Amino acid sequence: MSAALSVRGLVKEYVPGKPVLRGIDLDFEARGISAVIGPSGTGKSTLIRCINRLVEPTAGQVIFEGQDLVALPRGALRMARRRIGMVFQEYNLVERLSVMENLLCGRLGYVSPLKAWLRRYPERDIARAFELLDIVGLGEFAQARADSLSGGQRQRVGIARAMMQEPRLLLADEPTSSLDPKTSVEIMGLMQTLAQAHGFPVIINIHNVELARRFADRVVGMTAGRVVYDGTPERITEDHLKEIYGGEDWLE
Amino acid sequence: MARTGSNRSAFPPDWWARGAWLLLLVYLLYAASHLELTPARFAAGLEHGARFLARLFPPDFRRWELLVKGMVESLQIAIVASALGTLLSLPLALLAARNLMPVWASWPARAVMVVCRSFHPVIVAILFVKAVGFGALAGILALTVASVGFLGKLMTEAIEEISLKQVEAVRATGAPFASVVTYAVVPQVFSRFVGFASYETDANLRNSTMIGIVGAGGIGGTLFAAFQRFDFDFVCAIVLTIIALIMAGEVLTVQVKKAFKA
Repeated sequence: MSAALSVRGLVKEYVPGKPVLRGIDLDFEARGISAVIGPSGTGKSTLIRCINRLVEPTAGQVIFEGQDLVALPRGALRMARRRIGMVFQEYNLVERLSVMENLLCGRLGYVSPLKAWLRRYPERDIARAFELLDIVGLGEFAQARADSLSGGQRQRVGIARAMMQEPRLLLADEPTSSLDPKTSVEIMGLMQTLAQAHGFPVIINIHNVELARRFADRVVGMTAGRVVYDGTPERITEDHLKEIYGGEDWLE
Repeated sequence: MARTGSNRSAFPPDWWARGAWLLLLVYLLYAASHLELTPARFAAGLEHGARFLARLFPPDFRRWELLVKGMVESLQIAIVASALGTLLSLPLALLAARNLMPVWASWPARAVMVVCRSFHPVIVAILFVKAVGFGALAGILALTVASVGFLGKLMTEAIEEISLKQVEAVRATGAPFASVVTYAVVPQVFSRFVGFASYETDANLRNSTMIGIVGAGGIGGTLFAAFQRFDFDFVCAIVLTIIALIMAGEVLTVQVKKAFKA
């Protein structure tokens, strides 16, 4: 077993008897970008949130680094979450905090609440935050308030916050859906670069099939809570897309 | 079935609403007559009021030491009670927020607030005067209880209106609950809390001038005694001072809110 993350028989029912995920089995290698595509409401966000249990799975296993996350008690779950970075569609920055404070949120799992409240972070964390700000091109914005940034800048902060965790897995929930096409490509490129440099797997929910083809090493197609395609982006055909999204008029 | 041109109306009359307004008017007339609120009674009252007004002026500030002592005590009661009330409300509001806490925690916290809010501060003050004796302590306790009831409710509502997306992101990093609160909740509500606390201080300033009437300390006792002795010129002096204090408080709270708005 060389998979970094194994999802086994994952089922989620928000309403009993109406499963959103109908038994998902997926293995993710220790490297590479996996794109999850599928129509809205098909359970992509739920799948990603079941991995770090922001949403509690109804049944199944999520095995990450030899541990079944689904079975972990709260404390151990927190320890596991520290190693899983997450990037969100609407960035989910704390708007009234500075960019620097938002980055340091990535270290909250390691710093005691009192020290965090007093902003007493280890030197190393602060240095890393400045370094990451330079990497994502926001070196000048450390003291800016998060709500003063543009969408693209916010998503860069979101990525930097996840990187602060020194993640061994990055989850991205439609990270480009709120961005313009050019910024979307830049954001995807940034995640690709960082994933390759630091060697962690990335799982991305994405609406844009072209972006998925361009950046992903593997595409997982979902429809109605099931995986219907799993393979390289090159092999995905119009027939696959028809099966995933339904209908065909939109492909014209 | 779509209605055709001639009988379509942009503003159809709402007969229920009209009936309700009419009913309200009838009741007001009935209540006024029941209380013998007649023009004649009003005229007699005006005459009495004119004599009273004449005796208010000029205000008499000769007993200013008594006045200052009472005002200082009222001010202290208001500020101490506001500070205590704010401190107690913070954890209570967090417990009561249904978006962050399970039902077994939020329900009792809400119950405490409802009890604190059920009675007018003067009634609470009467209770505390009986419980701990005359003086400022009773006043402080009474206004603290009132503050917890009021601030707790406002703060709870503010916490329940926050964006959970920010909370979700901080939780996802593996942050402990206390850090989730200080990093994802507090920044979203802090400036509103400052507004609530200064508003409550303002309200406590007004209330603290009143609770003295029932013996809970402050200028109210002095005011009540002056009324009883028909020292209306001294009453006027006290009333003017209270107005000045409330206005000063208003200016101060506006400045405080401005300072924390950023």
